[in-house]
Amino acid sequence: MGNLIATTEICTYHEVEYGFINSLNEAGLLDFEVIDQTTFITVDDLQKLEKMIRMHHELEINVAGIEAIMHLLQRVEQMQEELRTLRNRHRN
Amino acid sequence: MAFIDYYQILGIAKNATEKDVKNAYRKLARKYHPDLNPNDAEANKKFQQLNEANEVLSDPEKRKKYDKYGENWERGEEYEKYTKQQQQPNNRQSAYTGNSSGFDGFGGDDFSDFFQSMFGQGGGSARGRQTKYRGQDLNAELHLELKEAAETHKQALTVNGKNIRITIPAGVENGQTIKITGHGGAGVNGGPAGDLFITFIIADDPHFKRDGSNLFTTVKLDIYTAILGGEVTVETLSGKVKIKVKPETQNGTKVKLKGKGLPVYKKENEFGDLYLTYDIQIPVNLTEKQKALVEELKTEAEKAKA
Repeated sequence: MGNLIATTEICTYHEVEYGFINSLNEAGLLDFEVIDQTTFITVDDLQKLEKMIRMHHELEINVAGIEAIMHLLQRVEQMQEELRTLRNRHRN
Repeated sequence: MAFIDYYQILGIAKNATEKDVKNAYRKLARKYHPDLNPNDAEANKKFQQLNEANEVLSDPEKRKKYDKYGENWERGEEYEKYTKQQQQPNNRQSAYTGNSSGFDGFGGDDFSDFFQSMFGQGGGSARGRQTKYRGQDLNAELHLELKEAAETHKQALTVNGKNIRITIPAGVENGQTIKITGHGGAGVNGGPAGDLFITFIIADDPHFKRDGSNLFTTVKLDIYTAILGGEVTVETLSGKVKIKVKPETQNGTKVKLKGKGLPVYKKENEFGDLYLTYDIQIPVNLTEKQKALVEELKTEAEKAKA
């Protein structure tokens, strides 16, 4: 289980309520793995979760706002990738 | 070391209330927060400045001191006394350490020298909430020549004082970023380490223009070979090759050399193509005899037309 982290551990560390993490899960922004009634997330998802926690804590953005932002960020990243390809093609 | 106007950074007046500071910070943080500005070094820098301004102006004690010495902070008597007390070995390390192989770090979230000298090394300890369990991601740039991008090779880098060896896969593109898992900052309280992101910057090549794995180049062709056909030596990434030229080749004709492009990224034994465009050279400084021959050729051509 080296690549799973208990959500309780994250809640303690980040001083964030389980309800918040759960609502991210309900919004489809975060996958849970449940083992023996304990919820875990994968280490790979930790970065995404910490990003969403920062948005919530530092910028006071609620779950609905985070949902919209994550969607837009994905599009921004796609576009940056497209732009990079196009720019490379038009070099010289 | 330049004075930093924290009020200006937050866009507030000197008599701003604590609430004004908080509101201004929040508003600007929403604009420049790195999480909302992926791959934007400029926004990142602005956010760092915001954090520093907020760190000083939202803390009554720091703000008082900042206001007292202001632009004359270096001359203040008390300031001098203060710095003496604060003088601890300054072993602040930059977030990234480059080496001679063209490895440039960027980012890092240290406070400015101005801040450090006014508030000391530990001054930034209270900044923000601990927002990371997972270690910090590090970003770095690696500069390559086109030829270096043509083959998978290993390269040693120094990141944060640690030496690591990475494999650079053949066919990486300019601006492409690869993730080296676990080579970022250490995690906190047993959290996993962050990742190292390396962005490749591939210099323009004087010979080849690139589109993905395909390469394009121009080949100068003398008019006689173009008319009569023959051979021409062409430079490819893997060395010179001789290719046949068809008789009556027109200027601007394109020829594809299959598999002579770059390797396709992460696909073994797949290569792009090299596209040649012929640039036919009109001879100059003709001798009298050459001119006479061309005249003759012209007459012949006109006869043939008629």
